[in-house]
Amino acid sequence: MDEVVIDAAGMHYTPLNREIRAAVAAGARRIRLENVLGQRFIANGVRGDVEILVHGVPGGDLGMFMSGPRIEVFGNAEHAPGNTMDGGEIVIHGSAGDAVGHSMRGGRIFVEGAIGYRGGIHMKEYEKKRPVLVIGESARAFLGEYMAGGTVLVLARHGGPAVAERGLGSGIHGGEIILRGGIDPVHLGVGASQVALSDDDWARVLALVREYARRFGIDPAPLERREEYTRVVPASARPFAGKYAWE
Amino acid sequence: MSPSIGSLPPKYRVTVDPDRCMLCGRCVENCAYGAFRREGDRILTNSRVCTACHRCVAFCPRDAIDVVERPLDYRSHPVWTRGVREAIYNQARTGKIVLAGMGNALDYPMIFDRLVLDACQVTNPSIDPLREPMELRTYLGKKPQRLELARRGDGEVELLTELSPNLCLETPIMIGHMSYGAISLNAQLALAKGVTAAGTFMGTGEGGLPEPLRPYQDHMIVQVASGRFGVDIDYLERGAAIEIKIGQGAKPGIGGHLPGEKVDEAVSKTRMIPVGSDAISPAPHHDIYSIEDLAQLVRSLKEATEWKKPVFVKIAAVHNVAAIAAGIARSSADAVVVDGFRGGTGAAPRVFRDHVGIPVEAAVAAVDAKLRRQGIRNEVSVIASGGIRESTDVAKIIALGADAVYIGTAALVALGCRVCGNCYRGLCPWGIATQRQDLVDRIDPEAGGLQVSNLIHGWTLELMELMGAAGINSIESLRGNRDRLRGYMIDQALMDVLDVRSVGA
Amino acid sequence: MCGIIGVIDRSREPMDGTAIRRALSMMNERGSGEGAGYVVYGCYPEFRDYFALHVFFDNIHETKPRVDELLHQWGRVVHDEEIPTWDLPRLRKVHTPWRYFFRPDTRLMPRSTTPAEEIVTELVMRINTSVEGALVFSSGRNLGVFKAAGWPEEVADFYRIEEYEGHCWLAHNRYPTNTPGWWGGAHPFNLLDWSVVHNGEITSYGTNRRYIESFGYRCTMFTDTEVVAYLVDLLVRRHDLPEELAVTALAPPFWDEIDAMEDDRRRLHRALRLTYGSAMMNGPFAIVVANQESMVAFTDRSKLRPLVGAEHGDRLYVSSEEAAIRAMDPGITRVFMPRAGEPIVGRVVA
Ligand code: SF4
Ligand code: SF4
Repeated sequence: MDEVVIDAAGMHYTPLNREIRAAVAAGARRIRLENVLGQRFIANGVRGDVEILVHGVPGGDLGMFMSGPRIEVFGNAEHAPGNTMDGGEIVIHGSAGDAVGHSMRGGRIFVEGAIGYRGGIHMKEYEKKRPVLVIGESARAFLGEYMAGGTVLVLARHGGPAVAERGLGSGIHGGEIILRGGIDPVHLGVGASQVALSDDDWARVLALVREYARRFGIDPAPLERREEYTRVVPASARPFAGKYAWE
Repeated sequence: MSPSIGSLPPKYRVTVDPDRCMLCGRCVENCAYGAFRREGDRILTNSRVCTACHRCVAFCPRDAIDVVERPLDYRSHPVWTRGVREAIYNQARTGKIVLAGMGNALDYPMIFDRLVLDACQVTNPSIDPLREPMELRTYLGKKPQRLELARRGDGEVELLTELSPNLCLETPIMIGHMSYGAISLNAQLALAKGVTAAGTFMGTGEGGLPEPLRPYQDHMIVQVASGRFGVDIDYLERGAAIEIKIGQGAKPGIGGHLPGEKVDEAVSKTRMIPVGSDAISPAPHHDIYSIEDLAQLVRSLKEATEWKKPVFVKIAAVHNVAAIAAGIARSSADAVVVDGFRGGTGAAPRVFRDHVGIPVEAAVAAVDAKLRRQGIRNEVSVIASGGIRESTDVAKIIALGADAVYIGTAALVALGCRVCGNCYRGLCPWGIATQRQDLVDRIDPEAGGLQVSNLIHGWTLELMELMGAAGINSIESLRGNRDRLRGYMIDQALMDVLDVRSVGA
Repeated sequence: MCGIIGVIDRSREPMDGTAIRRALSMMNERGSGEGAGYVVYGCYPEFRDYFALHVFFDNIHETKPRVDELLHQWGRVVHDEEIPTWDLPRLRKVHTPWRYFFRPDTRLMPRSTTPAEEIVTELVMRINTSVEGALVFSSGRNLGVFKAAGWPEEVADFYRIEEYEGHCWLAHNRYPTNTPGWWGGAHPFNLLDWSVVHNGEITSYGTNRRYIESFGYRCTMFTDTEVVAYLVDLLVRRHDLPEELAVTALAPPFWDEIDAMEDDRRRLHRALRLTYGSAMMNGPFAIVVANQESMVAFTDRSKLRPLVGAEHGDRLYVSSEEAAIRAMDPGITRVFMPRAGEPIVGRVVA
């Protein structure tokens, strides 16, 4: 059994996920979901090595708690795809809503277009897990807020700034946010600081850029100019120390 | 001492533990009242003069000093308290009015401590104030009821309304009026440096603006009180705003009196009165016998300063405070300061301090409700003062309807004041309520300024946390938001005045 | 967490209730089956000049005469009837929904520039605060609110929503935390021409309520949403602010953003915040407000609630979820997310 096709038209997400799990258990390598419209929690908590193709617009919390599968969405995603994701991959051929990759601990998310507010909020890393969020166009306010680990990369392919709103990396205490085209320092959040990329950083970024280009079938060359990138990192591992005094 | 009454039990007993004492002499030096003396290899004490100001305790390197309050009490009696009995002995001896320092000392229930604040759970997210914007900026002054706009040809709108001048505070915490004379120059300087650093304001009190404070004048509200001490056009122009003091919470309805002994060269210069002369502030302003006279004085001050300065009016919180505030709102005044009966003072008659006026919580609630009912809340800002002790009091009074607060005692405590209540004696060992140079020198204005700004900063952080927990990111949305308060063991009548519901409701 | 959706056809082409019924049910995950509602603009063309008052009566025999009496005192009722409903097994009819078509006698409010509106506002406030067992929940001309406790499709079928037609619709799927199961607590909230649906919670409600009540409005629904309808009425109708600026007053930029603006804009924005500080709404929200001519959607200043917009020809859609819009109109061409506090505005052109 290589490919399983599920017609999700009019289906509630619970039976839909039940079918997905059953297909994974039966050894499917690829699950194709047709006519998806608004179903939340697709592949919620699903483990294993399987490819899930989503045709349509999935609902919120796509791939939440997911550990292993590779999801590809042909459409926009809503609120918080990759929420608390542990491993695997989400590729979105479109844009996504707020809180993309919220509290993500591992795995990778590639968004072809733009994302909303609070992208990568509280992303963290643990042991060998290092989450990655790559955004093709731009992100709104509070990108990487509270970030504790992993990499957020914004490619600004639309020509405008990668981030033009407040709170970038606000409260960041681990991980990195890499932006093509730089940013206006007034948008840097509390505890975030801007640094240049080291050779190692650039190697990591370049690999992700090429990966992005490959996934969405574009030419990576215009995105390969090192001098266009800037890196936002924590100014300290304890951004809010100094706020409290003992009684 | 009177032959038939004899001496009263000492208020405090000071003892020095000879095993700990290293005879360094710091207590002898530090005590302004002469409670300590060295005899041979012992420190002896005179407990009778002690005020429990703790200056000695704070500087003893060996923790050798003990100050015990009421080492010897009267037979206890719920009606004939110690205070009542001692006032009678005092008056039997002197036949005079008893003066007392600091604020209301009777054990009334604290309304603040019976109000609890709200926090978000689930239905809305609390906000982390350091990460997300949290706005405490507060504008004090008249606001228009509505805006007049003109739509231009290009689709843009143009603002036609001219806004009145407003004071812009970065945090809604200001320091109230404590005059030069009542407190020392170094104390005022420390306060001035503190408010400047914190982006807020302080009052000069009715003592003029001493020369060394001029660099901070953009953060000072100059006061015009009934004695008009130190008031001239130069003074009015220097202030960021002007405040007319009608009354004071600690002693509503009566004036003030700076004894001639405190009027030295420097005080005489800023108050513009002769050295050694008593400075008497009458109970009323003798050009204000009615509300329209107040409007007159407000306009006169505005006219003199070309309508560039907000004018505040401070009243003591008395029974009819809401109606009075509504009258003030109808003058050209920009803010009304409501001073509750817990407000501090250098000296006030004990009966006034303890028995006249109402608490600021009820006063502000009543004022805000009245102004809203009359649709004139935008006409004035409401500043609460008198008994604001910590950041939660600030949050609660703003939720009851205030725009900002004045703190007084709390700011002095930040400078070391121990609330000993002996300010009127002019010997404050902390260098605050005194003009004696060696005592004044005990305050380093720089360090003191940092202590004051630290205090305001700490409260500001706590305010942000409290607001964030309540899901509010701008102070405007806390103002008058009584739904975010609940009353705990408050009776229904007071609950109605505060317009809050009970805990659990 | 509630679901909201709105659509306006800018050329006033009427739409029936079928599509919005389907779209709202898409978001059942956001509701709890305890409240749903619809408002449709343009549904009473034959009575277009009359205020359509929709009233819940607890008891027709006891309370209705008192409402009738008040209406006759203040104007003329040209027609009234029970709002037609279907009996449904799962939706218990706890109130009788009634509609009046009413024209106020404007001579009774001589000093007002909008006397008809003043009279209707006063009547709504008076009935809702003093006539026990009666609640006016819709009071505009040529529009109607239909709401009840239940799932969206039940409420739609109960009111036979598919039979109504109009050029603008708002709908709401409720997840109540206050007043569950109370019909009056369901959205949309309406006053005169304004209707509001809202997702989120307004943490500044106490401040806003005290502010709006000082202008004579009375909050009677025990919920934070009605205050939005009154604020919009005050700012736009009575204070004559353009809709975009009214939204700015309700969800203003942060001070640091205002400080960075160039002179004229800074003056304007500062004046707005100073003047309307008590109208500013805090907490997480996405709100859609509509009247006969326009539909405006916006979120709180930090965008704590989702909002998506989409277009298809003359139709502008807004919703909590893109999927709901697609359920309504699979042919949408442009999908977009507004910035925090930035309104999506749709206006009819003719
Ligand atoms: S300050 Fe303390 S150690 Fe020094 S003399 Fe006084 S009691 Fe002794
Ligand atoms: S200012 Fe000085 S005298 Fe007055 S209470 Fe404080 S410590 Fe005592």
